[in-house]
Amino acid sequence: MASAGGSLPRYIVQRVLLIVPMVLILVTIVFLLLRVAPGDPVSASVGGRLSEAAQAERRAALGLDRPLYVQYFEYLGDVATLQFGETISDNRPILDIVKENGGATLTLAVAAFLIALAIGLPLGAIAGRFRDSAGDVVIRIFGVITYAAPVFYWGLLFQLLFAGTLGWLPSSGAATPVTIFEVETKTHILLIDAIIAGDSDAVVDVLEHLILPAFTLGLLLSGIFIRLVRVNMLQTLQGDYIEAARARGIGELRVLRAHAYRNALVPLVTVIGLQVALLMSGAVLTEATFNWPGLGNELIEYINQRDYAAVQGIITLFAVVVVLVSIAIDIITALIDPRVRY
Amino acid sequence: MGITQRVIAPFKQTTGLARWILLSGLVLVALFILLAIFAPWIAPYGHAQVRVDGEMFPKNGPPSAEHWLGTTEGFYDVYSRVIWGSRTALQVVIISVVLSVLLGAPLGLISGYIGGWLDRVLVLVMDALYSFPSLLLAIVFAFLLSDLLGGGVLSAGVALTVIYVPQYFRVVRNTTISAREATYVEAARAMGAPRRTVITKYLFGNVVQNVPVIGTLNAADAIGTLAALGFLGLGIQPGEAAEWGYDLQRALPGASAGIWWTGVFPGLAIVLLVTGLTLVGEGLNETVNPTLRKRRLLPFSLPPRETAAVIADEPKDDR
Repeated sequence: MASAGGSLPRYIVQRVLLIVPMVLILVTIVFLLLRVAPGDPVSASVGGRLSEAAQAERRAALGLDRPLYVQYFEYLGDVATLQFGETISDNRPILDIVKENGGATLTLAVAAFLIALAIGLPLGAIAGRFRDSAGDVVIRIFGVITYAAPVFYWGLLFQLLFAGTLGWLPSSGAATPVTIFEVETKTHILLIDAIIAGDSDAVVDVLEHLILPAFTLGLLLSGIFIRLVRVNMLQTLQGDYIEAARARGIGELRVLRAHAYRNALVPLVTVIGLQVALLMSGAVLTEATFNWPGLGNELIEYINQRDYAAVQGIITLFAVVVVLVSIAIDIITALIDPRVRY
Repeated sequence: MGITQRVIAPFKQTTGLARWILLSGLVLVALFILLAIFAPWIAPYGHAQVRVDGEMFPKNGPPSAEHWLGTTEGFYDVYSRVIWGSRTALQVVIISVVLSVLLGAPLGLISGYIGGWLDRVLVLVMDALYSFPSLLLAIVFAFLLSDLLGGGVLSAGVALTVIYVPQYFRVVRNTTISAREATYVEAARAMGAPRRTVITKYLFGNVVQNVPVIGTLNAADAIGTLAALGFLGLGIQPGEAAEWGYDLQRALPGASAGIWWTGVFPGLAIVLLVTGLTLVGEGLNETVNPTLRKRRLLPFSLPPRETAAVIADEPKDDR
């Protein structure tokens, strides 16, 4: 695969150009799935509530009465200009859904990611350094269990223990109604809004609600981090330069921290990028478990209302995010590791 | 060597930890297969049964002599639901794994062997599908299929199929591409074997070896995804069959009220079955994948002393 130039800007341009076909394919798949499906979106979502004539009007307004290819190209145009349309059931612009509920999903994802890093990196490093020790075995079993137990089962167990038996933490929602009512909406990220408002009670309330969902989703990701860091640590520790460092009499802790650990983390960047898809799936389930007002929860709600336009819009948005993140990660990896820029 | 032998052969080569992992996984999986097959005899009640002899089951009843694992808020017997659920889970997994192998493997074989623009288009589409969050893909398909096929085992199985097709496609395609240039395939072509014969007789047997490993690992994943669909209310509808994910969803509101038996047991069933399948997959992987495999040394006893001296002088053979 080695190309002649191999320069960084060229690699970046290549990757960015790849966005177009990837998004195009995903968007086409989503479009075909939802449009070739039997039954039409309008009667499916508002069939019982509106008369035939009113439904036909809605169909015409949404452009659903035109040939499929016309709809397809118009849809592509919409996606290209970031206009994802409106929902059928409650005439809400898709971008509003993103604006109003995206903040909650982002908060959850970032918090979970930080927790996963805090758990995964040290445990993985310990397991890799002390291979086949009792600690290694325990940590690996922990990793297997986080994979085998569905994220909503963790959520349920946490709710049983911390919300039920112990009564320490709330079991659902992003905050108490009072907090949501009192904190002025500015960024649509409740935690930041509460901090801006300077309302310490609200901040505590929001954080209390965040702990269980973030840990639930964080555990799911931490298992993967453990496994990756462990394997990378094992490989790095076999490197000649580690032996050289030890031979020079450098202390073991410093060898681990300064020489091995940092190099073990480089491959992790790539793999973290690949986990975005898992993070999204996990976020949808975590949001459903804790009634967290994010995008995943909205998606499920619109699915239950059989609102094709909303489902198509939200799924398309997810697709675009997945592609953008994976390209961004590729570029970051290339910046860190020159070997990647083939 | 026949295909069955090819598939079974690696197991005989397992050693030590790999064999232990494989065996413990097989035991767990076998347990659930038995539960699934003999569900009508093992489960005390039907999956949707709410009364016996005209008397209603208690609502949210804790574990007792009549209901070993308690009853749910829908009056169902938890123990019976867990057992019937294993039947549903295995049915769905079998449907999805078989369908995705049947779709993905031939597509990969053809794509890899023929190459050209067909290969490029298929790879691009499969990669796009693969990069998309699998749960979201399953959600979209379940959403569509529930209108088309109803909310039963079949539509859940088909919805899951879509997630796994790209994986078989990729693996089979890549092995095909490397096998395509092998001497024995070239020889077959030189002898004038038609494309069809080359693909079915020469390539198929050699690329099919990886399928059991991916199959079991996908089966583990499929159990989790099926439960996730059920949990979101998009999987198997309650009237059709017992499903663990759905039971977990119903158990959620009771969790903060301390009703633990409705959720803990179906969840435990998921964890055990997924762990079992994962162990089988990992065990198989270590035996099938030569880079991970440790070869078993044949038992060797030293010959009597006087001949030993003679042997020692002979050039050593690595094996």
